[in-house]
Amino acid sequence: MINQLSLNEYQKGLADEKLLGIHCKKCNQFSFHSSVVCKHCGSTELETKNFEAAGTIKTYTVIRVASDGFEAPFVVALVKTDSRIHVMGNLDIDPDSVGMELIGKRVSISSKKVNPDPYAKEVTHTLKFVLE
Amino acid sequence: MREVAIAGVSMTDFGVSENTCVEMFCEAGIDALNKSKIEPKNIEALFVGNCLGDFEEGQSHIASHIHAALGLPMDSPAMRYENACATATIAVRQAALMVGAGVYDVVLAGGTERVAAMDTPLATRTFAMASNAGYSAPTGITFPGVFAMAAHMYADKYGIEIEELQKYMANVSVKNHYHASMNPKAQFQKEITVDKVLNSVMVADPLHFLDCCPFSDGASAVVIGTKQKVMEMTDKPVYIIGTGQAAGGPIINNPDMTRIKTREASVAQAYKEAGVKPSDIDLCELHDCFTIAEILAIECLGFYEFGKGYDAAQKGETRLGSKKTVINPSGGLKAKGHPIGATGAAQVTEIVEQLRGESGKRQVEGAKTGLVDTLGGEFGTVCNLILRSE
Ligand SMILES: [Zn+2]
Repeated sequence: MINQLSLNEYQKGLADEKLLGIHCKKCNQFSFHSSVVCKHCGSTELETKNFEAAGTIKTYTVIRVASDGFEAPFVVALVKTDSRIHVMGNLDIDPDSVGMELIGKRVSISSKKVNPDPYAKEVTHTLKFVLE
Repeated sequence: MREVAIAGVSMTDFGVSENTCVEMFCEAGIDALNKSKIEPKNIEALFVGNCLGDFEEGQSHIASHIHAALGLPMDSPAMRYENACATATIAVRQAALMVGAGVYDVVLAGGTERVAAMDTPLATRTFAMASNAGYSAPTGITFPGVFAMAAHMYADKYGIEIEELQKYMANVSVKNHYHASMNPKAQFQKEITVDKVLNSVMVADPLHFLDCCPFSDGASAVVIGTKQKVMEMTDKPVYIIGTGQAAGGPIINNPDMTRIKTREASVAQAYKEAGVKPSDIDLCELHDCFTIAEILAIECLGFYEFGKGYDAAQKGETRLGSKKTVINPSGGLKAKGHPIGATGAAQVTEIVEQLRGESGKRQVEGAKTGLVDTLGGEFGTVCNLILRSE
């Protein structure tokens, strides 16, 4: 049986404040994405499961020249969750107040609506990080 | 595999062009054919790199239109390749593999791009399309942003003050502008200073505007054939002695952003096939889309140990005249320009001309072996080619 976490299901999860990932029954690790195999061990014995809504900032940037659909400045961060899966999202903070001290800080993870594609009809969510 | 070599190479001026993608490719393509003393009717297949023609000019299916404009024979197929910024390198590699495998004896490969035909919001949006549309793009991440995150991680991992790393990065930009000041095809042929980089506007912390490559138009084309065919076309054949390519998906698959795993996998293939090691490489055209990208690349390619490449440009080790591997003698993406779908073929063009001793003021003396390195997306594609003159 193939378990695939579709983008649509993932996005519906975010709208309900659920952080869904792909969990491997064999090696007990998480994969992200529409992956149909565990990216750690290659197993297809997968299940959809919530990952931990907290983690640690590994790196960040302040985007000052934004792509169409976004308003700069804002902070993008890479977070290693307590489920050991890495995720990218926006840190909810004054972008002019941040520096290298952010790296290693703890965050809680939730979601927020964004509009990255002015031509898309569906609402999109991304991850929101808040310093603990 | 049969021995594969390169005959004529060519590129247009890089910068802003009033010509279409088709026209620019034809300019470079016919020049490459003329230099190879071969007529279009003898080209057996066409491999064209093009990323964003659909958005730039409303032109998809571009390979067929280039084929017609170049007057290639109808029974020679034309293919378009798209792998983000590594596009043209992959077109060249696929062409070389087909010749090596015995499918064709002489082909034309390269790339073309006309980014400046788009306004900046559309250009940034279409560039961001190479990141994962479902998961990465909704964060608002841009390509400067990806490499900015890598720069912060690099500074943190190796204990370098960010202001110091910014100076080291600025030295990469200064060095590449110096090289481009001797390249009549380059988009920016003037030198800059560290202060000028550090005082330019911030694009994505810690990267300033002058840490970033420009939007560019341009095309480049390369005639590739069997050793025997190329010996008939030039008395200075350049051999493709090793190639590599790797795929990796989105950035969260490569969470240690100081180590680009696709690059390490790709270049290992190329070194193995060529039977050479990093210290054998005299010069390298690599993917300096941002200054930090050059620092990461010289480490991943094996020229420097991990965490030790940051001051190479500042110490002059990667500059023309250095005894070590000269990096980006063309001026690189930063100063020569980066028409994304053409970049890889222009890197090949630079290495081939260098190995032939035809690079004028920016000639790397005695160059015998060169490496091409091109990266696409949020580290999702890397392609490498190793070229040698004998
Ligand atoms: Zn597993």
